[in-house]
Amino acid sequence: MAKLDAPAAPRRLMQGNEAIVEGALAAGMRFYAGYPITPSTEIAELSAERLPQVGGRFIQMEDEIASMAAVVGGSLTGVKAMTATSGPGFSLKMENLGYAIHGEIPCVVVNVQRMGPSTGLPTSPAQGDMMQARYGSHGDYGVIALCPSSVDEAYRLAIRAFNLSEAYRTPVILLTDEIIGHMREAVSLPDPSTLDIIDRSRPTEPPGVHKSYRPDAKGVPCQPNFGDGYRFHVTGLIHAEDGFATSNPKVVDSAVRRLSSKLTANLDDIYQAEIHDTADADIVVFAYGGTARAARRAVKMARKNGMRVGLYRPITIWPFHDEMVRWAIEGKQAVIVPELNLGQMAREVERVAHGTTRVIPVTKVNGEILTPQEILAAIEGVC
Amino acid sequence: MALANKVNVKRYLRREKLPHIWCPGCGHGIVLSALVRAIATVGLDQNKTVIVSGIGCSSRASGYMDFDTIHTTHGRALAFATGIKMANPELNVIVLTGDGDAAAIGGNHLIHAARRNIGITCICLNNNIYGMTSGQYSPTTPECALATTAPYGNIDPSFDLCKLVTAAGASYVARGTAMQARLLEKLMVKALQNDGFSFVEAVDQCPTYFGRKNKQGDAYNMMKLQQERSVPVSKAKSMELPDLAGKLVVGEIHSAPRQEYTKAYDTVLLKAHREG
Repeated sequence: MAKLDAPAAPRRLMQGNEAIVEGALAAGMRFYAGYPITPSTEIAELSAERLPQVGGRFIQMEDEIASMAAVVGGSLTGVKAMTATSGPGFSLKMENLGYAIHGEIPCVVVNVQRMGPSTGLPTSPAQGDMMQARYGSHGDYGVIALCPSSVDEAYRLAIRAFNLSEAYRTPVILLTDEIIGHMREAVSLPDPSTLDIIDRSRPTEPPGVHKSYRPDAKGVPCQPNFGDGYRFHVTGLIHAEDGFATSNPKVVDSAVRRLSSKLTANLDDIYQAEIHDTADADIVVFAYGGTARAARRAVKMARKNGMRVGLYRPITIWPFHDEMVRWAIEGKQAVIVPELNLGQMAREVERVAHGTTRVIPVTKVNGEILTPQEILAAIEGVC
Repeated sequence: MALANKVNVKRYLRREKLPHIWCPGCGHGIVLSALVRAIATVGLDQNKTVIVSGIGCSSRASGYMDFDTIHTTHGRALAFATGIKMANPELNVIVLTGDGDAAAIGGNHLIHAARRNIGITCICLNNNIYGMTSGQYSPTTPECALATTAPYGNIDPSFDLCKLVTAAGASYVARGTAMQARLLEKLMVKALQNDGFSFVEAVDQCPTYFGRKNKQGDAYNMMKLQQERSVPVSKAKSMELPDLAGKLVVGEIHSAPRQEYTKAYDTVLLKAHREG
């Protein structure tokens, strides 16, 4: 219960995309480069309006590729930077998203998922870019992606996306969908002074001594900003700790592995999930993003009907927490995975279940959202 | 214009990264030297200057230069540079790119950077060929020239990059050649001094792929050809169009200062502050 003398956090009716902009600003975003695409455009429009009000800068670039590139460039000057897009634009961003991952340059990329493939069904909701978020750019690397399932959470995850990005020096994908992006809900706006804001670390060693790609104990390097006097080098070529290209097999091997291990080694800090009613459950519903709303309702309805059903809602979708998911589904009769694609995350759950728990995908790709009744029907099908 | 006579070029280079990867006779070293001298003449702060390059032979130059440097993705150097300049307008931003990098895969970024007149100096090292991938035709390969992907002769008309960026809105446009290194240096000085988008096309030679394939001889012959083809801007003005075919108009092609992009954004900041 809230203390009577404490003023309640102000609540504001906001659209999901609007909440992302406000969250990003609260996290310290001061640069945005983007390109118009529905259903993410409001993020660009609001950034154009709000950023100069707080001394930040906005630019509408000539294409999606350029906006991703500009965000990486902007971030290298030490400014927190973001871009937003949807499926077709997300495909185009993959080139420089891979560059940012490999160059270990913090930034936030919002993907408000719409129905694909290709131009698809503009602009119906979908969750078809789950695997693209994980594997869309070439080569091996790790990635952080977060899935909000309410407007309030979109606000909070925008802040968290920046924090994780700064802490681990990697782009963070805010992998939302049209349901959340265009929905309006009340958001509790915390007092900015109460927010935990993480800023990227700065070198303590002088220029000439500091190595911009030498990892710390967590596996994360510390880079200066352009203009700091360190005169360092950034490249998309595989590089050694000094930032310069190398083909030394030993150095290459550890450089590539670290792009994944710096995230998996810190999984407990990066990972978040909402888990409830799973302890006594026979069935677990594994759902994320906009679809988790219908799943939560379906679980409630099933419980009311006397069925023992729980919900596992990953908030951090990548990296996937094998151990945690295994713990939640072990010994259960079935795991139901409703999603607006043809079973992209169901395959991950199946991989973890490894044949010990039945995994039932509930898929929908007709441009409409999954209803609680459809998920409930799948639950009833097991019982 | 007084050019610095005794420039300690070494001061601006990461000497431990040398020797460079460029072939014997390649013109890129001459262009790089001219740029470094121009930077010295203008007196740019080494700690406040960012060198941005794309992908290709010429784009390897960033690694040899002792500044904040970024070797980006193919064609995207100007887009990265735009982000750097926008996020911190106090930085001097110089882009090094090649003909394939700037005019083919990066063509869209080139015209839009010019249109915005953003404060970036773009040096395009134009050797009329994709060198790093071993000799495919580029948007500046002359018609009828041979390339590994044009074994029967190139049918693509070639771009006049200076005309392209002038039309797109660049406020300073110039062309020089590796043969006339001092002229190139002078043009680069003016480009660096211009507050807006400056474009310098540095025509140079690729003896390994373009020269060999097109029987132009060694670097010496190719550079002699650059000299023979060169026509100063002042002389070109009185020449008829057919007489200019195959010629390289060198010198200051276009200079029309206008408001620089990040300074225009300062007006946005002011308005937002007043109204917000």
